[in-house]
This record gives sequence, structure tokens and C-alpha cells, in this order.
Amino acid sequence: MKDMIDIIVNIFPYAIAFTIPLLITSLGGLYSERSGIVNIGLEGLMVVGFFAGAVTIKTLEVALPDLSIVIGLLVGIIAGVLFSMLHAFASINLNANQVISGTAINMLAGALTVFLARTITGSGNIGIRLGIVRWDVPLLSEIPVIGPLFFQKTYYTTWIVLAIWGFSWFLLYKTSFGLRLRACGEHPNAAASAGVNVIKMRYIGVMVSGGLAGLGGAVMIATYAGEFNGTVAGLGFLALAALIFGQWKPLGILGAAFFFGFARTIADASQVIPQFENFPPLILKIFPYVVTLIALVLFSKSSKAPKASGEPFDLSGK
Amino acid sequence: MKKDYTGVIKSLGAVLLGLLAGAILMLAIGANPLKGFFYLFQGGFKSIERFGNIFAIATTLILTGLSVAFAFRTGLFNIGAAGQMLMGGLCATMIGLSFDSLPRIILLPFMFIVALLGGAIWGIIPGLLKARFNVHEVVATIMMNWIAYWIVYYVIGDYFTSGLLETESASIPAVAQLRLPWLTDLLNGSYLNLGIVVSIACVIIIKFILDRTTLGYELKAVGYNRHAAQYAGIKVNRSIILSMMIAGGLAGLAGLTYYTGYSINIQIGVLPTQGFDGIAVALLGATTPWGVFFSAAFFGLLHAGKGFMSANTIIPPQIADTIIAIIIYFTATSLFIEKMWVKMKTRRLEKKNIKSGGDE
Amino acid sequence: MDYIVEMLNIRKEFPGVLANDNVTVQLKQGEILALLGENGAGKSTLMSILFGLFHLDKGKIKVRGKEVQISNPNDANNLGIGMVHQHFKLVETFTVTENIIIGMEGGFVLDRKKAGAKIKALSVQYGLNIDPDEKIEDITVGMQQRVEILKMLYRDAEVLIFDEPTAVLTPQEIRELMQIMRNLIKEGKSIILITHKLKEIKEIADRCTVIRRGKVIGSVEVAETSQQQMANMMVGREVSFSVDKGEKEAGDVVLEINGLNVLNNRKTLGLKDFSLNVRRGEIMGVAGVEGNGQTELVEAITGLRKSETGDINILGKNIAKYSIRKRNESGIAHIPEDRHKFGLVLEYSLSENFVLKSYYQQPYSKMGLLHQDVIDQHAVKLIDDFDVRAGQGEKSPASALSGGNQQKAILGREIDLDTDLLIAVQPTRGLDVGAIEYIHKRLIEQRDSGKAVLLVSLELDEILDLSDRIAVVNSGELIDLVVNDDSIDENDIGLMMAGVKKGEA
Repeated sequence: MKDMIDIIVNIFPYAIAFTIPLLITSLGGLYSERSGIVNIGLEGLMVVGFFAGAVTIKTLEVALPDLSIVIGLLVGIIAGVLFSMLHAFASINLNANQVISGTAINMLAGALTVFLARTITGSGNIGIRLGIVRWDVPLLSEIPVIGPLFFQKTYYTTWIVLAIWGFSWFLLYKTSFGLRLRACGEHPNAAASAGVNVIKMRYIGVMVSGGLAGLGGAVMIATYAGEFNGTVAGLGFLALAALIFGQWKPLGILGAAFFFGFARTIADASQVIPQFENFPPLILKIFPYVVTLIALVLFSKSSKAPKASGEPFDLSGK
Repeated sequence: MKKDYTGVIKSLGAVLLGLLAGAILMLAIGANPLKGFFYLFQGGFKSIERFGNIFAIATTLILTGLSVAFAFRTGLFNIGAAGQMLMGGLCATMIGLSFDSLPRIILLPFMFIVALLGGAIWGIIPGLLKARFNVHEVVATIMMNWIAYWIVYYVIGDYFTSGLLETESASIPAVAQLRLPWLTDLLNGSYLNLGIVVSIACVIIIKFILDRTTLGYELKAVGYNRHAAQYAGIKVNRSIILSMMIAGGLAGLAGLTYYTGYSINIQIGVLPTQGFDGIAVALLGATTPWGVFFSAAFFGLLHAGKGFMSANTIIPPQIADTIIAIIIYFTATSLFIEKMWVKMKTRRLEKKNIKSGGDE
Repeated sequence: MDYIVEMLNIRKEFPGVLANDNVTVQLKQGEILALLGENGAGKSTLMSILFGLFHLDKGKIKVRGKEVQISNPNDANNLGIGMVHQHFKLVETFTVTENIIIGMEGGFVLDRKKAGAKIKALSVQYGLNIDPDEKIEDITVGMQQRVEILKMLYRDAEVLIFDEPTAVLTPQEIRELMQIMRNLIKEGKSIILITHKLKEIKEIADRCTVIRRGKVIGSVEVAETSQQQMANMMVGREVSFSVDKGEKEAGDVVLEINGLNVLNNRKTLGLKDFSLNVRRGEIMGVAGVEGNGQTELVEAITGLRKSETGDINILGKNIAKYSIRKRNESGIAHIPEDRHKFGLVLEYSLSENFVLKSYYQQPYSKMGLLHQDVIDQHAVKLIDDFDVRAGQGEKSPASALSGGNQQKAILGREIDLDTDLLIAVQPTRGLDVGAIEYIHKRLIEQRDSGKAVLLVSLELDEILDLSDRIAVVNSGELIDLVVNDDSIDENDIGLMMAGVKKGEA
């Protein structure tokens, strides 16, 4: 039993580092889909945040060492919001096919960021000197067992993301904004006839998804990545999977994100964990994806997806 | 027919806008766009080798483009071309490395068949999930991409490396390669290979299937209007599965041409971008077989020339990918324009109908 | 004369259709006014204008004596006008409270408890019997409708418009609704009731304004008017196009349906224990108002919808478990209700559409290969035989044809199949006089050549002109089956369509 706890304690920080960007991006996807717009461009939006964060931190890290990271995170958010407006405009105003628009966002983000990175550093990789310094939460980190697990050597971005998550849960279910947003995704005509501005709501939904995914990318550079290299290796798509796996609910995606985070970390570190040493690493690596497929099979029939998600909004309907 | 022209115009429009955006980007980094495009487009013609490479690059793109276009005709989004390509390439590579004592005339067709099957199986799975369980093919194919990625990583990594480099497979022996020594020599070292024959043959075959067979008729009907297809007695689910199977097979062949033709090994840890570029090729080519051919050639031109351009200017080669992505964005938004156009046409006709008493 | 709402000289035109032609409707404070008319008469359009969903072309609206502009539902709400729609605008996964307060939450943070209490109070006051915390997907259709009513009451509506409210209710729920309406009146509200159901008008309305083909026929005091008289006004006495229909001896039974039960989209029985037969050389007309089981009947026969129990026999063979293709091959041709959704692939050419059901057979294809020239020749012949006008002949995309020509094309294809049974649903919907006449002529022709024709139509005139026998449906049941001879009065049929059996008026 102690072995198990030791394992968990050891891999926990790595799992968290991987989970947090996943969680915040998935949360972003939640806002978009709940408003009725399918956004598979999360991958691209993360890359944009990744890039913007890296560039900002690198530029400022000498002059403003303490603030550079915080500013980097903010710039990552803003970059994500701006970039997402391309998708919003195409999907909402032009009724473009949302899947294609999202794919275009992914491709554009990948190409454009490397293009710009190459003009800056030649190699296309942007490295920063120092990421976030890890920090022990005072008092809480001294609680036995739980202390070392949750509160020692943490990134402050972890707490920011969790706070955003908690606030989102409140926002979506306890406020009028959340009620209206969700109505737009389920039955936009009902919302419109009640006086809700569906178009405005959907813009907000997409822009928030851009901002949060951008934050996810920026968190990556500030915590574990250390260097921008042009891709987020499918994390954005995994966030989409977490969204579906979590059945479009904040609590669900929290669970799904942690599940994926741990699964991935175990898979990466399987060599050094005695219990998993002999597991074929291939199984561990594909485990999250296979499980998602199974979840899709189980959930697609009675899908809890926002009913009107992906369908263009036509006011002249009934 | 009038409709064909709207497709071409849309695509040309998107290309122009993409190039324009590219020019703006070049300006933004302080380069001269005229010079940039000059080198970019010239690059492909600068030497015989480069010219051959246009088509070598296009080879793979034609096949992934056909894959995406074919699925699209049935109303499906095949985002999984990259994974299907990997599986096809994996199967072909395994056979090529394991059976290199077989004569070439047997080995190559053998590799061809396994690549086709590997890709087809990888396509059928999401097809089945969609038909039986209504699982959206976008997420399903993305998951399949990553499963393929890791399968290649471990299968090649553990069994098929050459011992020299851990990140790629052993090189395919000459007998198993799609490259033809005389062709390579003729074109001064270009990567052009038998794959181009395969891809052009596929263009012709797919066009034939779509235009002249009952299968094509059914698949297109399902894609245009699944209710009418159902009314006509067409089995919609069967069509979905078949369509994904064929699309997967095509992408599998793309893997064959890329990993045993253009390149002579598989690198692990890479999801081939050609899978996603295939989406761009299909959309730009208005999802028609010859459209795919010309778009793939255009993209081949861009890719073949980008090295030349970046050697002669400060513009990074990623400008090519950026322009391609922007073109895609514009094709996505132009679908709206087409929809409006069709709506306008039918509404005008309905008005005419009521006013004039119904006769053309 | 205390009118709370007046719609004066309203004119509303849509492309090709004059929906409201100089219509004047006035609602007195505290009364229930029924708006009576057939499908397409223009009543829903008129009320949509009052509720701000459409804009009027000419005329004016007065509320409490003052002229007003209503450009969107918010304006209507502010004036105290509310509408209970025929197709509910409710979010299924939300609770009653959440649906009611959207747009009127009263603050950034939701106070479900406070809203819930107010809703509960309203519910008690008007006898609506609603639990605010239940989810919409868990409550019955009748209760959902009451949520729509509560939505209006929560916004302090004084005038409530009900659009065909009983179309989706069970008889029990209808009785409850009637009581609720009486409660609303008692509390000082005024109601406009859009309906085609005479029995209910008699039971609950004070006055009734009848609309036919966009014009107001007249307004009557319900107490002083019989259902017969109202039916007269609704259906009218017009000269109908009597097609020359000779006598024809009917032959063997082609289609026989026994005890058919079919679920509708709401998962309740849309067709109940239905039995019918159609014989060679006859046209069996199915008459009824939209939504009374006709769709379920046709879809069950053609295979587009599963049937729960009962058998469907074509020339003696039970096809109830056959695939759609097999049913087609067993001898069924079908001119569908929605020609764009089911009848044609708009992106396909006429040639390709003409072989929609036969492309896989010889001579149109062999071993999977299409014989394009045979297909084209076939199309040319059909275009000629059925007078289909298309700019590029057989190569025209179906989307380029006018509605009338599209319908002629479908008619041509189905008749060309030369099947024993031809099902025609709403075959002349949206068509001009010339096309209608042509299609009617061809349908009679089919019957004369010995085919069995099942004609489903919402136009009573069409049924009366063409049918040899008439089956009238209401609420999924066969009300009556009559022979269409001189003894049949269109008012009898009209009453039956409205659910009143012969002798009950």
C-alpha cells in the first residue's frame, strides 16, 4: 500500500503539469460548445497561446524577470481570443461548416506560429530561461500525506486554473449568463424568443474558448515545456476528447482531464514504476484513446451534447 | 454545366486570397513579396530534380486528398487520413523489410495490397462506429490517428530499426522501394517514384467509381440527401462503412508511396502532415478527383519551391504552409457563398413559378 | 365596445401567396375569441404578426385603444401580449423554472428559489398544477404546454394567444386546458384561440372569427351558431375543379392494412389500430387535418418508419418486415409529402433522379456499371411524356426546376415504375392551377388503367374531386369510411376531419 502511495506522490506533480493545460483548454471547449458552436480548433488555439507566451516571456525575461511570466500568460490569453475570432466570424456570421473552419484554424496556427518563430530565432524553437518557480503552499503543505501530495512544489498556474474551473462551474449553473449561454446551445430559438441575443452569446462562447485554450498553451511553456517547438502534440484534441468524455459538464471534464493526465504520465514513466514495468508500453500509451472511443460508443446514443451544437442558427425558423 | 464553374471560381478565389494574405505576411516581416513569390514559384522549375519533386510531393497529397474528398462525397469528414497513412505505410514497410528475398515483381504488389488493407481497416473502424453507434467521425478518426501513431512508434521502434538510429526504421532495401533507379538518375536525384503512377491511377479509378458505377451513385446520394437515399431503398449505413473503407484504403496507399517511395523509411514519433494537408487538397479541389490532382500539384509546387525561396530571402519556408492554411479558411467560408447562391437561385425560380404560372 | 387588441386591415404577402388580405380582427377585454380556418387559411400568420415574429405590409395594430408598433417578441411582451406556440420553445434539459426565467432572471446570480416560489404561486392561482423543479423532458406534453402558459403569466401577459393548443393533447388534457382557460378569464385575461376544432370552439369560445384563404368571412357569437354553420363558413361553397371522372369498377384488393399501430415522434401512438384497404381501379382518399396520423400511415407502409403491430399486405403478401427496397420492389410507388427532403436529390440531374429507385436494375446498369446513355434516353422520354420543363433537359440539376416541374418529374418517375399501388401524398402542394390540373388528370389515368391509388391530402377539394372512397382520420384513428357519391356533403367531411362523427353535430 505504501508503494502505491509512493508512486502516486512521485508521479503526481508530472500528472498535474500535464493535466492542467488539458483541463483549461477543455473548459474553453465547454464554453464554445455550450453556446452551440463546435470548436475543433482547440489544438491550434493552444499553439497560439504557447507561441505568444513563449515570445513574450523570452522578450521580457531579462528586463522584467518577475513579471515576465505573468505577462506571458496574459498575452497568451489575448492571442487566443483574437485568433478564435476567425472561427467565430466564419461559423456565426457566415454559417461556414464549423468542422472545416476549426481545421483551418489548426492548420493556420501551426504554420503561422512556426513561420513567425523562424523569423525570430531562425530555428523556430523559442526557449525561455526560467519557468515558474514551484512553491509550497504555506500551512497546507505541512499536512501529512495530503500536504506533500497536493500542496508542495506546486505551480501557481495550477491554482489559477482550478479557480477558473470553479468559477466556471458557478457561472454556468448559478448565474443568468450561464443559463442563457446554455439555452443557446440547446434550443437557440427558445432563447431568441425569450429575448436572448444568440449571436452575441455565441461570440462570447467562442472567444472564451480561445482565451482559455490560449492560456492552456501559455501554461505549458511556463510550467513544463520550457521551449516552443511548433506543436502541442495533440493536447488540444485530447482536450476535445476530455470534453466529450466528461459529457459537457465541468465536473466531468475535471475527472476526464485528470484521468488522461494520469494515464499519460503513467505511460511515459512506466519504465520507472515497478508495477508497470512489465506492461507493454504500447498498451499504456494508447489506453486513453481507446477508452475515449469506448466512451463515445457508450455515450453517443444518449449523447448529452448540447442539442443545437454545430447547427447554424436561423431566426426565421419556427 | 454551370455548376462546375462555380466550384472552380470558388477555389481560384480562395487561392488568390491566400496568396494575397501570404504577401501581407511577407511584408510584415520585412521581405519583398514580389521577390518572395518569384522564388517560390520558380523554385519548382529551377532544376530537373526540383521539377520531379513537385510530382513526388504531389503523389502523396493526391492520395490523401482523394481519401478526404471521397469520404466527403458521402457526407463524412475523414480527419483520420494521417493515421490511415501510417497504418498503410507500416504494413508496407514491415513486408518490405521482412520479405526482401522475394522478387520485386511479387514483393511490390504484396506491399501494395497490405498497405491498402491496413488503411482500409483503419478507416472501417470509425465508419462502423458512426453507422452503428452514431459516433461522430471527427473525434473517432482523431483518436485513431493517435493510436496509429503509438502503434508505429512501438512496432517499428522495437522490431524494425536498423540499430543505427532509434527514431526511424531500417531503410527499405532497394527491391522493396517504389523508386526506380533509372528515373531517379534521369531526374538528377529527384524523389519521383512509382507512386505517381499509383496516384494517377487512383484518380482515374475514383473518378470512374464516382461517375459511372452504382456504388458511386449510392454514395453520392447519401452524401447529398440521406433522406432521399433512404426513400430510394439505399442502405445508408452500409454506404457510410464502405465509404470510410475506401477512403482509408486510399490513405493507406498514400502511406505506401510516401514511406517506401518518396522516403525509404518510416520515422517514428511523427504524425504525417500530409494527412491534414489532404484536407486542404480535397477542399481546394472542390472534392473532385481531377480537382484533387491539380490542387496537389499546386501544393507540390509550393513545397518544392519553398526551400529555394527561403535560401534566397529571409522568408521562412513555413510561408507555404501558412498560405495553404489561409486558402483553406477561405474555402470554408466560401461554402457559405455557394449555399447562398443556390438558395437565391431556387427562391428566384419559385417566385417565377408562382408569377408566370409554373412553366419554364 | 372595449377592445383590448385590434388588428385592422392587415395585409401580409409572401412570395407568391397573399396570406392576409385586408383582415380585421378585434378582441374584447375578458373574452375568448376563436380564430377558425383550415390549414393555410392565414390565422397563424396573423397571430405571428401580433406577436412580433412577422412584420405587416399594410394595416395597423391597436392595443387598449392606442396604435402600436410590434417589431419583435420583446415589444409584444412589453405590451402584455404573449403567445403559446404550437411547437413549444422549451429547453428539454432545463427545469420548468429555468425555462420560464430565461431572459428575465432578475439579476446576475440566479435565485431559483425565489423564482420557483413565484411560479408556484402563479400555478396555484390559475390551477396549472406545475412543479417548478421538474425537468421539461420528464413532464407530459400537457404539462409542457402549461409551462408555456406560465411563461406568459410570469411576464404579466394580459392577452394570451393559443396556437392550435389541442393538437398535441389527449382528451383528458384538453378538458384540463379548457378549465385553465376559464381560470385565466376569471383572473381578467383575454384569449385568442387559433383552431380548426369546432367542438372546442363551441365549448369554450365566446365569439368566433372565420378566416378562409386569407380573408375574413365573418364573426359570430358562438352561443348562437351551430357547428354546422361554422363548418359552412370555414369550408365555403366554392366551385371546385370537377375533373371528369368516369365510373370505374373496382377490382381486387391491392393494399390491405390490418390493426396497424405506429408510434409518432413523441413516442406515443400516432396511428391507432388502423385498418384500410385499397382496390385496383380506385382512388382511396385519406382526408384529415395535418398531424392526425397521415404521416405515420404513409411512412409505415413505405418502410420509412417502423410499425409496432399490425400487418401491411400488398397483393396478399405481408410486407411489414421488409426493407424499403424490397417494399418498393413489391409494387409500391410513392410521391412523397416533402419533395425536397424525400422525393429528389436536388444536386442530381433529372436523369439521375429519374432512376433513383431503379438505377441498380437492368437496363440502367449491369454488374455495377451505370449505362448512362440508357438512363439519359429514359429521362428524355419521361420529360416528354410528363411535360417536365427544364432548361437543360435531362441534364438539368433538379434544383433548377420550378416546384411544379419537380413534382411532375417525381410523378413521372413513380408512374413509370408501373407498380400496383401508387401512394400520393399532398401531390399538388404549392403548385399553380395548371400543374394541379395536370397531376389530377394523370392520377385519374392511373386509376382508370387499373392501379390502386392511395391519395393523402390536406385539401378537402382535392379529396372530393378525385376519390372514389374517402377515409377520414382524426387523432390517429379512422373516423369513418364513406363512398364518395352525390350523397356526400363536404360539410360532413369537414366535421369528421374536425373529429365529429356523423350525427353528433
